Amino acid sequence: MELIAASRIVKAQQRVAAAVPYSEQITEVVKDLAAAGGMSSQSPLLKSREQVRTTAYVVISADRGLCGGYNAGVQRAAEGEVKADVLDGKQYALVTVGRKAEGYFRFRGYNIAAVYGGFSDSPTYAQARAIGEDVVARYLAGEFDRVELVYTRFISAGSQEVVLRPLVPLDREVVQGGDGKAPDAAGTPADYEFEPDPATILDTLLPRYVEARIYAALLNAAASEHAFRQRAMKSATDNAEELIKNLSRIMNRARQDSITTEIMEIVGGAEALSGGKKNVQIVDLGDITAVGSSN
Amino acid sequence: MSANTMQVELVSPEKVIFSGEATQVITRTLGGGEIAFLPGHAPFLAALVENHTRITLADGNVLDVAVHGGFVQVSGNTVSILSDIAELAVDIDRARALRAKEAAEEMLRKEHDAEAVSALSRAHARLAATGGLAGTPQASH
Repeated sequence: MELIAASRIVKAQQRVAAAVPYSEQITEVVKDLAAAGGMSSQSPLLKSREQVRTTAYVVISADRGLCGGYNAGVQRAAEGEVKADVLDGKQYALVTVGRKAEGYFRFRGYNIAAVYGGFSDSPTYAQARAIGEDVVARYLAGEFDRVELVYTRFISAGSQEVVLRPLVPLDREVVQGGDGKAPDAAGTPADYEFEPDPATILDTLLPRYVEARIYAALLNAAASEHAFRQRAMKSATDNAEELIKNLSRIMNRARQDSITTEIMEIVGGAEALSGGKKNVQIVDLGDITAVGSSN
Repeated sequence: MSANTMQVELVSPEKVIFSGEATQVITRTLGGGEIAFLPGHAPFLAALVENHTRITLADGNVLDVAVHGGFVQVSGNTVSILSDIAELAVDIDRARALRAKEAAEEMLRKEHDAEAVSALSRAHARLAATGGLAGTPQASH
């Protein structure tokens, strides 16, 4: 499993890298639109609600275990946020991605709004899209007032971190703190022609942007999952090897002990048969005293 | 890059489908009809509908692509097409697209269904990209 996970990390990393151009481009388009006055659009996805009653957390975990602290880390982060919200007297809802998070929160009786699973190790854009459409629809319907993503960001094969990122509403800060590379500070935006008007483009673009962010999070989570699993399985293999070494030592010793005892018995027996009667008597005496003392 | 070519990027969320130099890109925008971009086009941003996009490469060959919605951004002699789903003509199964088209038309004869309408426009984009709608009159919706 260690080797399987190791080979999958490479693939997952490639997918993360392959998704970067799109998310960079779409972020750039959103920024250009924002600069062109599209931010005055009435899109509810852009407006923070005055009163945040319900915060939804999209928790991205794995479908399977055997990956060390991967699931626990994400679950702990989400649970902490939820508890803080409850203490503040606010509502929360969970959208779980991956069977592990679903099981964890369901068992503890948390409020789960939606459940996705079955694709944690190789998510596709279609799945990100399904989650995005659902979350955006619930947000627009007023079921959620704010949506946050909780997932494990893949930094390198050796380091990943659990992060909490706001998803909707998108404000200027969110748009600039995207998931891809840091925004380049390159000059002022050009004077764009738009077709149709910027607000309409933005309205069709924003849901795509949300989906792209979810997709990036899913890919990061998948890569992290494989990295965690590889590490967990490597230490499991190392432990098992250590255990095998110790156990075979104990077994060898036990076998050696029994062989030594047998040899002693055989030698003793042979001497008793062939040797002088003196020895026999000594042995017999020994036995008798032993039996006698035990009585 | 010489003065009469431009950089064209065709990007989907999962990968970069095409990246290279071209002399012309024709696509179809939301509400604006077909539009052609030549090198040196003014900065432009538009939403796209399902369409047959043609990219004339620097060597004169034309790359046919079925683009199923998305956005186009033109800036600094670079044309970027962002699309959830885009397929190069060589990757399209024309027979399957024909079947999908017929199924969608069959559906539409019974009732007007948004799903069927988008399936039909996807099929049209695919067929157009793989040699036109020969013998398949444009649906009137």
